[in-house]
Amino acid sequence: MTNTEQNIEEVLIPILAKVSDPEIPVLSIMDMGVVRSAVIVNDIVKIEITPTYSGCPAMDVIGDDMKKALQDAGYKSEVNLILHPAWTTDWITPKGRQALEDYGIAAPLDAEADKSVLLEGKRLVVCTNCGSQNTRLVSQFGSTACKAQFQCDDCQEPFDYFKCLK
Amino acid sequence: MKNEHLYNYILGIADNSLILGQRMGELCGHGPTLETDIACTNISLDLFGQVRSYFQYAAKIAGDGRTEDDIAMLRKERDYKNVLLAEQPNTNFAYTIGRQFLFDVYHLAFLAELQKSSDLTLSVIANKCIKEVSYHERFSSDWVKRLGDGTEESNQKMQEAINDLWTYTDELFHQTEADKVMVEEGIGVDVTKLKVNYYKSVSELLEEATLKTPESKWFQKGGKQGIHTEHLGYLLADLQFMQRAYPNMEW
Ligand SMILES: [Zn+2]
Repeated sequence: MTNTEQNIEEVLIPILAKVSDPEIPVLSIMDMGVVRSAVIVNDIVKIEITPTYSGCPAMDVIGDDMKKALQDAGYKSEVNLILHPAWTTDWITPKGRQALEDYGIAAPLDAEADKSVLLEGKRLVVCTNCGSQNTRLVSQFGSTACKAQFQCDDCQEPFDYFKCLK
Repeated sequence: MKNEHLYNYILGIADNSLILGQRMGELCGHGPTLETDIACTNISLDLFGQVRSYFQYAAKIAGDGRTEDDIAMLRKERDYKNVLLAEQPNTNFAYTIGRQFLFDVYHLAFLAELQKSSDLTLSVIANKCIKEVSYHERFSSDWVKRLGDGTEESNQKMQEAINDLWTYTDELFHQTEADKVMVEEGIGVDVTKLKVNYYKSVSELLEEATLKTPESKWFQKGGKQGIHTEHLGYLLADLQFMQRAYPNMEW
């Protein structure tokens, strides 16, 4: 298994896909890329998830929600938090990125572009409201650990940007 | 305990983040602006998250049933081994930023080395933490520059904070007993080797911020041995109150 691959049994995918990040309800945990493995061993589902940010309070809730979803589907489960390999925003799927944008959160740029918007004030993040690139950084820290605050200078809409983590 | 040095070593690292995280958390609802308030509490949350990883590992090493919560909440003041810098109060926003900046520059360099640890768990935790801490360092150094190169008053306050906090910086590079053993085993970071680069980076940034690098050669120490400034007791009273009043709560 390489760093980016996930090891998830087919039958579990639709069950787990119903669980979402409590802070970003449109984003399924499968599209977030936090589930690293989910296998059935002796009738027990063993799951490994990796936290987005160390202090992300959503991780505990996600673990509980997964257990609940699996229980509803008739499975007993164990959820383990693993730190290696460390989660990166590259693991958010294209579908997940679209869900973020639709929800009003700009999806992460690549690492280079991310650095230039957060450090040098470059205008590269596209406004989720009007599509303008005339946007500026308000604060490197946003409503949750994974986001920064931006504002659009064309439509004036404030919005969150999901920071690149790599 | 079989791995007592490793246990103490982990606590030394984690206590810095725990105490600094608590200090930053005090800004919740009290930051000078909404954005800085959110930033400080985000930093606090990151640090607490990191602490959990360290303490979970420490609890496993102790192997006597104590939990991450026991380690975080139920020790006495002298059993906390954080550096004195971390416990200094939020006198004003310049002090908050100055403390954070002086710690972040160290923290980044420390984690870069800890990533190379022969202990897989520590290396993995460091790899996770360093990404978060690089955001902290951007934030704090940015504000040192804004305040230093701001108005006459902001410059004066930032300079005052740096001058006062300077006395706690040397301790970052002192080795404890556990440090020495861990360095020998290839697990720990030799902090003495981080010192030259640290003062170089800090001075460069201060210069950019039109601030003076303090010349004082007299430094405070003691935190790593559990001998703290008077500020820690009050901080711990706040931190531990719930756990002592309602035992076995989980965080
Ligand atoms: Zn817009």
